[in-house]
Amino acid sequence: MIEVEHLTKSYGQARAVNDISFKVEKGEILGFLGPNGAGKTTTMRILTGYLPATAGAARVAGFDVFEQSMEVRKRIGYLPETPPLYPDMSVRGYLEFVARIKGVAKADIESRVDTAMELTNLDERADDLIKRLSRGYRQRVGIAQAIVHNPDVVILDEPTVGLDPKQIIEVRKLIKGLANDHTVILSTHILPEVSMTCDRVVIINKGRIAAVDTPENLTTQLKGGERVYIEVRGEAEKLRSTLESIEGITNINVETRGDDAPLAVTVESEQGRDLRAGIAAGLVGAGFELLELRGVSLSLEDIFLQLTTEEQEQAA
Amino acid sequence: MRGILAIYRREMGSYFASPIAYIVIGFFLLVTGYFFYNILSIFVMRQDMMAMQAARMGSPPEMDVPSLVLRNFMGVVSTIILFMIPMLTMGVYAEERKRGTMEMLMTSPLTEWQIVLGKFFAAFSLYGVMLAPTLIFQVVMARYSDPGMPWRVLGSGYLGVLLLGAVLVAIGSFISSLTESQIIAAVVTFVVFLLLWVLDIGASGGSQTGGLLQYLSILRHFDDFSRGVIDTSSVVFYLSLTVLGLFLTLRTLDSMRWRRA
Repeated sequence: MIEVEHLTKSYGQARAVNDISFKVEKGEILGFLGPNGAGKTTTMRILTGYLPATAGAARVAGFDVFEQSMEVRKRIGYLPETPPLYPDMSVRGYLEFVARIKGVAKADIESRVDTAMELTNLDERADDLIKRLSRGYRQRVGIAQAIVHNPDVVILDEPTVGLDPKQIIEVRKLIKGLANDHTVILSTHILPEVSMTCDRVVIINKGRIAAVDTPENLTTQLKGGERVYIEVRGEAEKLRSTLESIEGITNINVETRGDDAPLAVTVESEQGRDLRAGIAAGLVGAGFELLELRGVSLSLEDIFLQLTTEEQEQAA
Repeated sequence: MRGILAIYRREMGSYFASPIAYIVIGFFLLVTGYFFYNILSIFVMRQDMMAMQAARMGSPPEMDVPSLVLRNFMGVVSTIILFMIPMLTMGVYAEERKRGTMEMLMTSPLTEWQIVLGKFFAAFSLYGVMLAPTLIFQVVMARYSDPGMPWRVLGSGYLGVLLLGAVLVAIGSFISSLTESQIIAAVVTFVVFLLLWVLDIGASGGSQTGGLLQYLSILRHFDDFSRGVIDTSSVVFYLSLTVLGLFLTLRTLDSMRWRRA
């Protein structure tokens, strides 16, 4: 449904988006994850035809976003970071206007507006002026605006920003529901959001793609091995040599925290090997006081930080 | 056409949803009404004096009061709109840019021309709505005037005011498209209009530059209309300036895509 090839956008010397390529299949929800200023919004703006790319190409439903912009714009619903609302209009009046400019046939406008309001739970506020709505309702109007013409592709820029937890859950549910009929791209810098809503994640940093995969795969693949956290009382040097004698350990990180405090150790091993039993036996056998031992799983947050800081180190 | 109409309808709706249109129109009618009353009474008084003089001296009174009133009134209107139009056009694009709705318009399947024309015709219609009640003044005058109402002068005068207004609305909208701030748009538009006015005063000199300024001054071209003369070159002049303003606006919208947003 969406194909992006070597997309680059430069502002003078700075490159907001640098050689990005990815694909989104029909019915998929793709999450754009990255810190603020990573190039998420720029990429979305290129896809919607708001900004032209400096180099590379992007196609939506087979149409080039630059050459056949009008065809693309008919097939895209777009919610920018701030919902594009007219405060003086009623919800219904506003959605009718959007349907009209998006080229919805006159006979279908009413039913399309009703459907959009139904999906976003706006029925009850249909005749309220937008300026009287709360932040959460405005965001819903913004989403209704993006789907009112029943587009193939829905692009949402930070759809849950500024909402309270209850509203966030509602919006996420709404987005999940959209995936039946639409292809969705959403951007966020909130990590749980992608693992909860998205089928696939593009992690983007400093204009480059750092990783593309499903949230699950990212968590397992990128952690590159198992981790065990141990708290133990004893001598640091002896502990290190004891651990080194256990087979399968790839990395040992001992942290001394003062004279009497126990040592905190993080041990990494090859992927798929559970060394907890071996470590426990080894340590107790060597006479250490074993206080704590647990497996650590890398959260998406760690991976994200790892990926984005690696990038920074490379750049520096 | 559908796109233009959609934009037009929304613009008109929002004009009358906010108090600004009512305030501007009300103020405009107050000021023009005051001037119309004054101009009318001055010329009626002058005619009475001339009639008395003529009775003593014996020369026949020759004074076309309605034409003189119209001519002076149109002159006043052309000046007052320099102050009112910035308030009508300040928000046309600036407000849209500030709210972020411009991004929606530009990513919807509308061409830039549809946006520009829809907005222009809406602002111009509002201007027409502002102007229309002044016709009541003329109807009242026509009812009682002798010699009768010079319909030709009336028609050409209002045509002139409409054409001049179209130019000013196009320029005002263009300036509004350059900024996100309504205040800046209003002030800059006002300053530009004031310069046009000054240009007109400068054009009064008989020198060569005076002649050139005279040709370029948008207010100078208006004089013919208020005298009942419809000069094709003036009509073309006004229409070209309007199209130029619209074209510049179009270029600004285009350039938004290329600049850092």
